[in-house]
Amino acid sequence: MIHSLFLINSSGDIFLEKHWKSVVSRSVCDYFFEAQERATEAENVPPVIPTPHHYLLSVYRHKIFFVAVIQTEVPPLFVIEFLHRVVDTFQDYFGVCSEPVIKDNVVVVYEVLEEMLDNGFPLATESNILKELIKPPTILRTVVNTITGSTNVGDQLPTGQLSVVPWRRTGVKYTNNEAYFDVIEEIDAIIDKSGSTITAEIQGVIDACVKLTGMPDLTLSFMNPRLLDDVSFHPCVRFKRWESERILSFIPPDGNFRLLSYHVSAQNLVAIPVYVKHNISFRDSSSLGRFEITVGPKQTMGKTIEGVTVLSQMPRGVLNMSLIPSQGTHTFDPVTKMLSWDVGKINPQKLPSLKGTMSLQAGASKPDENPTINLQFKIQQLAISGLKVNRLDMYGEKYKPFKGIKYMTKAGKFQVRT
Amino acid sequence: MTDSKYFTTTKKGEIFELKAELNSDKKEKKKEAVKKVIASMTVGKDVSALFPDVVNCMQTDNLELKKLVYLYLMNYAKSQPDMAIMAVNTFVKDCEDPNPLIRALAVRTMGCIRVDKITEYLCEPLRKCLKDEDPYVRKTAAVCVAKLHDINAQLVEDQGFLDTLKDLISDSNPMVVANAVAALSEIAESHPSSNLLDLNPQSINKLLTALNECTEWGQIFILDCLANYTPKDDREAQSICERVTPRLSHANSAVVLSAVKVLMKFMEMLSKDLDYYGTLLKKLAPPLVTLLSAEPELQYVALRNINLIVQKRPEILKHEMKVFFVKYNDPIYVKLEKLDIMIRLASQANIAQVLAELKEYATEVDVDFVRKAVRAIGRCAIKVEQSAERCVSTLLDLIQTKVNYVVQEAIVVIKDIFRKYPNKYESVIATLCENLDSLDEPEARAAMIWIVGEYAERIDNADELLESFLEGFHDESTQVQLQLLTAIVKLFLKKPTETQELVQQVLSLATQDSDNPDLRDRGYIYWRLLSTDPVAAKEVVLAEKPLISEETDLIEPTLLDELICYIGTLASVYHKPPSAFVEGGRGVVHKSLPPRTASNESTESPETAPAGAPTGEQPDVIPTQGDLLGDLLNLDLGPPVSGPPLATSSVQMGAVDLLGGGLDSLMGDEPEGIGDTNFGAPPPAAPARVGAPIGSGLSDLFDLTSGVGTLSGSYVAPKTVWLPAMKAKGLEISGTFTRQVGSISMDLQLTNKALQVMTDFAIQFNRNSFGLAPAAPLQVHAPLSPNQTVEISLPLNTVGSVMKMDPLNNLQVAVKNNIDIFYFSTLYPLHILFVEDGKMDRQMFLATWKDIPNENEAQFQIRDCSLNAEAVSTKLQSSNIFTIAKRNVEGQDMLYQSLKLTNGIWVLAELRIQPGNPSFMLSLKCRAPEVSQHVYQAYETILKN
Repeated sequence: MIHSLFLINSSGDIFLEKHWKSVVSRSVCDYFFEAQERATEAENVPPVIPTPHHYLLSVYRHKIFFVAVIQTEVPPLFVIEFLHRVVDTFQDYFGVCSEPVIKDNVVVVYEVLEEMLDNGFPLATESNILKELIKPPTILRTVVNTITGSTNVGDQLPTGQLSVVPWRRTGVKYTNNEAYFDVIEEIDAIIDKSGSTITAEIQGVIDACVKLTGMPDLTLSFMNPRLLDDVSFHPCVRFKRWESERILSFIPPDGNFRLLSYHVSAQNLVAIPVYVKHNISFRDSSSLGRFEITVGPKQTMGKTIEGVTVLSQMPRGVLNMSLIPSQGTHTFDPVTKMLSWDVGKINPQKLPSLKGTMSLQAGASKPDENPTINLQFKIQQLAISGLKVNRLDMYGEKYKPFKGIKYMTKAGKFQVRT
Repeated sequence: MTDSKYFTTTKKGEIFELKAELNSDKKEKKKEAVKKVIASMTVGKDVSALFPDVVNCMQTDNLELKKLVYLYLMNYAKSQPDMAIMAVNTFVKDCEDPNPLIRALAVRTMGCIRVDKITEYLCEPLRKCLKDEDPYVRKTAAVCVAKLHDINAQLVEDQGFLDTLKDLISDSNPMVVANAVAALSEIAESHPSSNLLDLNPQSINKLLTALNECTEWGQIFILDCLANYTPKDDREAQSICERVTPRLSHANSAVVLSAVKVLMKFMEMLSKDLDYYGTLLKKLAPPLVTLLSAEPELQYVALRNINLIVQKRPEILKHEMKVFFVKYNDPIYVKLEKLDIMIRLASQANIAQVLAELKEYATEVDVDFVRKAVRAIGRCAIKVEQSAERCVSTLLDLIQTKVNYVVQEAIVVIKDIFRKYPNKYESVIATLCENLDSLDEPEARAAMIWIVGEYAERIDNADELLESFLEGFHDESTQVQLQLLTAIVKLFLKKPTETQELVQQVLSLATQDSDNPDLRDRGYIYWRLLSTDPVAAKEVVLAEKPLISEETDLIEPTLLDELICYIGTLASVYHKPPSAFVEGGRGVVHKSLPPRTASNESTESPETAPAGAPTGEQPDVIPTQGDLLGDLLNLDLGPPVSGPPLATSSVQMGAVDLLGGGLDSLMGDEPEGIGDTNFGAPPPAAPARVGAPIGSGLSDLFDLTSGVGTLSGSYVAPKTVWLPAMKAKGLEISGTFTRQVGSISMDLQLTNKALQVMTDFAIQFNRNSFGLAPAAPLQVHAPLSPNQTVEISLPLNTVGSVMKMDPLNNLQVAVKNNIDIFYFSTLYPLHILFVEDGKMDRQMFLATWKDIPNENEAQFQIRDCSLNAEAVSTKLQSSNIFTIAKRNVEGQDMLYQSLKLTNGIWVLAELRIQPGNPSFMLSLKCRAPEVSQHVYQAYETILKN
């Protein structure tokens, strides 16, 4: 199982190590550094690196490499999933997951890691349970602890640990009982030069924030559950009910959690809400190139597209760009050749555009590759797949909760080739 | 206030300061000090000097302080073993604490103290915790057994913890079950042969129930464990599949992939005609696609596994091509994997899309990726014939871009396309020639030179082109030099008049000025060919070349089948079996897909290929050369064995034989010859025994079982794989031994997993302890075509030459076919050698028992056998172990038994059975005590099956 964990920052310093079995020397990370050097960018470091005696499995998040060391045959996905869980837990505990924050809370981090794994076997990874074992630091608690000498380690066995609903603690009490659900859909798409869709798929999730007293038993039904044919559930969802009735029935964890994620890939169901008109041309003779893009709404069901950002990695040969946006602000970094244009809202009457010229290296031939445009946007109050929640009912408790549902569509990996 | 304050140093020296604080009276100060110590530890500072001071803080009611001290202990106990003993008392005390959290914490920490001396003190507390009333403690204790095993395996076995752990599999709490499975799996990995996870339908059922209720990590352990089980028939396989499929909707990708492994493996057993088979195929696609929307690291592992799945069952993802399209900001390792899978999925239906994508990728920035994309276009052309033309024109477009590395890659793949479709696309040669100057990589230069040489008659200035390469002949790489030599010789044979000078130049360059032996030799061969017989030279050099194979990068079917069993593991990421990279050969058990065994034969589909590599079009893959066992037998299969025995030190069994014969002659009633005449041909039945009871007046007692089940023959073990296909160039041999009515035979199953027909089979044994030898040649009547299996029963006799082997029942076998000779060795169960007339006269028995010295007596325990005395003796009799007398002493049944081996050795046995106790005591007496161990094993096998 998982032997050790090293946290490494982007400049290659090991700033935390934890061993669950015997101590593995830091020098094992040299193999990782080698791989890191070979990969030009941090993102490209391969996630599985063999060394003569160990295997290094790593994930890269928040500019930190989480490198797990294993010695025997262990499912790599198991390890990688766990590492992501570690990152999520840190984020949950400290708000952000960064080197200074981890260093500031090193003892809590150590205690948490010790609770998460035993001998390399996962022990408690549900944040509900972890927080009962090790209380997350808050300013108030730190102050209180210093004065009263109490600790941030719980001395009770977390109640959820062994019950049939391990994800929920007992004895939850709220004065305002509320349950919020966010339906968030991300569109991943590749659009080709001519504007036709090559691939498009929707990655949807339903994130919940449930603060309900006692042991509520919820059911959530959809207007159009047939949309969901490829779903992954939180362990709390009763799979049998879903299979037979297409209803989500569950006892929720306390607080924030991801109830379900789903995937819609049938091409005809994926509406593309924006289009990009582009004219990017280099000429062989001249050292100037023309650049012009316009963004416009397509199938938005009457909703406004906001938070639009255009990102494009320009070819190496481009020295500089002089552009004028009709709205928003733009920057071009001549070193990384990254063009970014913060557009904001799209007004269908007056479409935003960015026009101008690119100056190329004098005498160089025109670049071989065309820049790909990466688009980010948000649409409030719309789930682009058309998914709609029908109703939410609660059983098992007497009070009347406050319920809320929000929809949002975002761009995931939305790429337009030029 | 943050923890960073713990890092501030003071003037006096940190350690000194900390020491003072740790010994402070104030609790608060102590705790702060321990925190500082831990903080220093986390950043790799050595604070082991504080060991006694920190351990002193251990006895406290404050849980946080206790936990912190434990953290420290785990890190440093190893370096201070003597000091660590100080902690033992506290652990023992904590294991009795009323708070389960503290009990669990103690048992957890205990196991992490990797000090040999301490471990024995911890056994008692651990035993208690394994039986604790609180499941939280039990599940923690289960993991502790694995930890302890890692430190001292012998101790764990001696203390019986493994059995307790096995019992935990039936625990009422699913979390405990999951941890017990995890611990057992880890222990089993270091003991590949041990049968720790002995799965049967009952335990499988328990696991499946626990699967629904335990945590995601527990589910992974259980699923991985399930994957090692082989269901008895397709019904059981289907019912397990049905209960596993809900896991495909789990949010944890590792759970999903482990479930996929179980399904992929058990699907093998389902008939393709079943509706359920189709449903299952459909269910597998969406979760695999979903894995691709996860974080890139997860995607990578998923893609490596999908690569295997696509090769094994292309139908699952054939409509999902688009999810493998590359996004430009995917990490490079994801891009390359996606590309590979795109090619595998390419078919006539989607080739247009794929080509458009590939062309797009060829204009990207990343050089490695672009190269691979260009190669991929070439592979498409070779794979999908209809697309070849389009691929070639795409490649030409790319050559027009004049991007150096694109052009070079394109030329390399065009060469392959020429070889696949000769005389079709030669019109593009002119375009290729234009780019001659820009080629600077050896592979591309070699490819271009090959093209020029091959099509010299169509290229007007071929001689000029080749001459231009010749100028810098010595600076070229070997690859290019060889290619150039061949190309010029080809040119000369095609246009002899104009190129005589050129060919002489290259031949002298190759033979005289080069110190590369390959090049020189090839030069000489050409030279001699050309000078002695130009016609022959033409025939040799310009011979028609075989077409290149469809796909050279497919994984060999046997390896693929093995890898499918390892889905989700490191093996699947590396596409190598674990034996190829797991350190020290630990945990190397070859896994194989279960054969399809239908419970009702009528549903069986016509193709019964076991381990069903998809039939239909099977790409041409030549299996990689397996590592041979080595020349174990030291004999040539052609001529019969001759020459003197090699091992001079070997003990000849002849002496023992004499003794056996002596005993034989003593028993008056039995016709003496039978034991010996038995060997050659099977006697009609066992005549001696069916006849009247022998000997004394007590005969009615002795003859308890005569006539019962004598015709059924000895117990036959299921076939096991003796020679895996990987080691024998695709020939897989599995088999078992049987003894029926006096004749021994070896039942073999030969499976051809290679892609060529196998013929000319022959078999030979090395000399062995009991002189086993084939009584007839190995008869395989028809050639064995790919994927075909034959069953052969090879009669054996025991008149072969004798040499004592170690172990005694080791049999070394050589099998020959048209491909090669393969060697393997196997152990035969001794009971095939028990002869039918092995029943001894009672008096004789008593005398012999007394006569054999006591040091020849061996005692064994047969565990877990629930039969009663009656059933035992019936069962044993069918394998020619005869019960001579039965006594009841103090409530125990004593069975006195005898058996005789083919070489006349008698073995006498006393079997003590206590009703209600599943453990039997077996005492064996024999003049050749070395056989006792094997006789005992035979008892075990017979009784337990």
